[in-house]
Amino acid sequence: MSEPVNPNTPQNDADASARTEKISIKVNDLSLYYGDKKALDSISMEIPARQATAFIGPSGCGKSTLLRCFNRMNDLIDNVHTTGSIELEGTNIHDQRVDAAQLRRRVGMVFQRPNPFPKSIYENVAYGMRIQESVHKSEMDERVEWALRSAALWDEVKDRLKDSALGLSGGQQQRLVIARAVAIRPSVLLLDEPASALDPISTLKIEELIEQLKDEYTIVIVTHNMQQAARVSDHTAFLYLGELVEFDKTDDIFKNPQQKRTEDYITGRYG
Amino acid sequence: MLTNTDNKSKNSISSWWSSGEPWIWLNAAAVGISITAVVGLLLLIAIKGFAHFWPADVTQISYTQLTAQGPVSQEVYGEIVEQDSLPLQQYLESGGDSAVLTANQEQITRWLIKTGNRRINPPDFRWVVENQIQNRSTPDGLTVIERLEWGNAYGRLVRLTRSSGETIEGAGVWDALQEDFERAEGVRSQIEELEQGVLNTLNYELESLRLDKRRAELDNRPDRIPEIDAEVANIRAEYAVEEARLRELYRALEGDSLTLATATNEELVVPLSDILRSWQPNNMSTLGKLGHYSTSVWRFLTDDPREANTEGGIFPAIFGTVLMVLLMSLLVTPFGVIAALYLREYAKQGPMVRLIRIAVNNLAGVPSIVYGVFGLGFFVYFLGGNLDQLFFAESLPAPTFGTPGLVWASLTLALLTVPVVIVSTEEGLTRIPRSLREGSLALGATKAETLFRVVLPMASPSILTGVILAVARAAGEVAPLMLVGVVKLAPTLPLDGNFPYLHLERKFMHLGFHIYDVGFQSPNVEAARPLVYATALLLVIIIIVLNLTAITLRGRLERRYRGVES
Repeated sequence: MSEPVNPNTPQNDADASARTEKISIKVNDLSLYYGDKKALDSISMEIPARQATAFIGPSGCGKSTLLRCFNRMNDLIDNVHTTGSIELEGTNIHDQRVDAAQLRRRVGMVFQRPNPFPKSIYENVAYGMRIQESVHKSEMDERVEWALRSAALWDEVKDRLKDSALGLSGGQQQRLVIARAVAIRPSVLLLDEPASALDPISTLKIEELIEQLKDEYTIVIVTHNMQQAARVSDHTAFLYLGELVEFDKTDDIFKNPQQKRTEDYITGRYG
Repeated sequence: MLTNTDNKSKNSISSWWSSGEPWIWLNAAAVGISITAVVGLLLLIAIKGFAHFWPADVTQISYTQLTAQGPVSQEVYGEIVEQDSLPLQQYLESGGDSAVLTANQEQITRWLIKTGNRRINPPDFRWVVENQIQNRSTPDGLTVIERLEWGNAYGRLVRLTRSSGETIEGAGVWDALQEDFERAEGVRSQIEELEQGVLNTLNYELESLRLDKRRAELDNRPDRIPEIDAEVANIRAEYAVEEARLRELYRALEGDSLTLATATNEELVVPLSDILRSWQPNNMSTLGKLGHYSTSVWRFLTDDPREANTEGGIFPAIFGTVLMVLLMSLLVTPFGVIAALYLREYAKQGPMVRLIRIAVNNLAGVPSIVYGVFGLGFFVYFLGGNLDQLFFAESLPAPTFGTPGLVWASLTLALLTVPVVIVSTEEGLTRIPRSLREGSLALGATKAETLFRVVLPMASPSILTGVILAVARAAGEVAPLMLVGVVKLAPTLPLDGNFPYLHLERKFMHLGFHIYDVGFQSPNVEAARPLVYATALLLVIIIIVLNLTAITLRGRLERRYRGVES
C-alpha cells in the first residue's frame, strides 16, 4: 500500500519520453463474481497513462464490467464481489482509505447512452464542481467554458448555456457528458461504448475528440466496433468470456494477433 | 336458404362483437355517465345555492288557514321561495288537511313562502297550498329589511324617527332612510374597526401580561411583578379611553328607528342600528337586482356568520379551510417524501420493506374518524397536554395546546394523507432512470448528493401528484376535524395582527363542518338550506382551486423534465 490518494492534483509532471512507460491503471489477478457466477477471470493488465486503450470483444465478454471496476461502479450492484486488486497510479482503489466518490472524481466515466441531467447546459457541466469544490462564479464560468471547449462543444452551445441540455442532439449530448466528466479534471476517462447510440457524423466527432483528449487523459474505451478501436486506440485488449485473451499495441493486435481466438474475432469469424 | 342468412347474420353479429365496437360504446357510456353525474351535481348545488341571493319580489298573499277554531283569513308579505307539486296521497299521508281540496284533485301544488317578521308573526317560513290562496299581488313600495337579529322584516315603510325627535312620514321615508343608513353604516364600520383593531390588540396584550405575571409568580420572581402591574395599568387606561370612544359611537347609533307596517297593519319598530340592508325589490330594475345580487354574494363570501350560522357570511370557514389545508400540505410533504426516500432508496428491499409498504397502503383505508380519535388522544391530550405542562404552565388549568386546535387538525389530516404521498413519491422514484443516477455518481457525487440534486427534483412532479391527492382528500374531510379542532363558531381567526400572527393553538371553522352544522344542527331549516348548497359549492370550488394550483405547478415541472429517456 502506498501513500493516501490525493485526488485533486492531476499528474502533470510526465514528459514525453516518460509518458509511454508510465502506468496509470494496474490490474492484478482480478476476478469478479455476480453471486456465484464468475464474470471476470483472473485478469492482469497494465494500462498506460495518457494513451487510449480499447477493450474489444463480443457482447457479454465482460469488457464493460471490467471498465466499471476502475471507478468502482460495480459497488452499486448488489451481490457483486471481487478478488485481486486494481491500482490507480500506485494506489489500491479498494483500499479502505479510498472513498468511492473521491475515486470517481479521478476516474471519470461516460456511458453508452448520453445521460445529461434535466438541467441547463451550464449546470450540467458545473454539476461535478458544485458538488465538492467551492468554486467562484467567475472561475466556474471559465471552467465550464474550458470543459466545453475540451469537448469541442463550446462553439455550438455558447449562446444557449441556460437552455435545457435535453434540447441538444444525441451527439451533442454525448459531448456534453464528456465535458461534464472533463470539468472535474480527472486523470482517467472511461468511455463505455460512447458512440454506439450515435449517427456516423457524431461518431466521427467523438472519435476526433478522443484523439485530442488522450494527450491529457488516460482513456479507456469499450467498443464493439473494431474499426473504431483500430482508429482511436494505442493499445487494445481482447476479452472473451471474462478472460483477457490478448492485450498489446493496437497495430500488433490487428495486424499480427498472437492468439487464434483474437484472430478469429478480428476477422469476423465469431462475435 | 333460411339457415344461410341466419348464419350470415350471426356471423355479422359475432364479427361486430369481436371488432371491439361494443366495447368502445360501453367505455363511452361509462365516461358519459360519470361526466353527467359530476356536472349535474355541480349544477344542482350551483343553482340551488346561488339562486338564494337573488332579490325576489315581495308578494302580498291572502290565504285561509285552517285552525281548530275554523278557517282564519291570513294576510302576509313574503318571498316565494319554492314551489312544488305532490300527489294527493302523499299530501294526505303527511298530515295535510283535506278541507282545502277541490273535487277530483289529484295533484297538490304548494308554495313555500318566506314571510320573515319572525318576532311578531312566526313562523317565518310557511307552506301554503295553492287552493288556500285567495289573492296574490306584488304592490310597489314593499320593503325588505335585513336585520342583525331576527332575520328579515317585510313591510310598508311608515315612519322614520330620529333621535333628535324629528319624524318623517309618507313618501320621504325611503330617501331619508337611505341617508340615515349611510351614516349608520359609517358609524358601524368605525365600531368594527375599533373592536377588531385597537380593543382586540389591547385585550390580547392584557391577557399576555396576565400570563407574564403568573409566570413570574411561578418562577418565584416577585421583583418583576410591579413592572408588569404598571404596564397593565397603562393598558387599562388606554383601554378605558378607547372604550369611551366605542360607547360614544354606539350612542350615535341609538335613538333612530324605523317603523314598518305588516300586511295586517301591525306596526313593527326596527332600531336603525339593527338594520344591515334594506331594499325594495318590487321597484328594482333587473340591473339594480343584479347589483344587489353581487353585493349579497360578496357579503356571503366576506362576512362573519350571524344567528347560529343561518345568516351572514362564511368567511371564517373559508379562511380556516384554506389555512388548515395549506398547513397540512406543509406538514405532509416533507414527512411523506422522507419516508418514501427511505423505503425506496435506503432500506434493504425484502419482506420487511414489503410488509411496511402493505401497511402504508392499508393505512389509507382506515376510516377517517379513527384518525380523529387517535389525533385527539395522542396529539391533543398527550402531546398538547405535555406541551402545556412544559411551556404554558402559567395559563393552566386553561389549556393552550392541550385542547383541539388548528395545528392538531393539520397534523391529524397529515397523518391521514401521508400514505398517498408516500406511494406516489415511491412511484416517482422508481421512474428515475438508472442512467442519471449513475451519471451523477460517476461524477463523484455521493448517494445523498445524487438524491437531492438529481433524483428528488426529477421526482417532484410525482410528489406533487401525491400532494394533490392529499389536498383533495384533506379539504373534504370533516369527521376527524370535529374531534381535533373545528368548531361551529370561532371567535377569532387563527391568523391576526397580534404576535405571533399565526395562532396554531386556536380553534377554527371549516366549510365541511359548516355544511353539517348549518344543514343539520340549525334551528331554522328552511333558512339554512340554500346556505348549505352555497357552502357546498364553495367548498368544491376551493378544492378545485387548490388542486389547479398544484396541477399547474406540476405541469411546469413536468415540462422541465420531459424528454428524459428512461
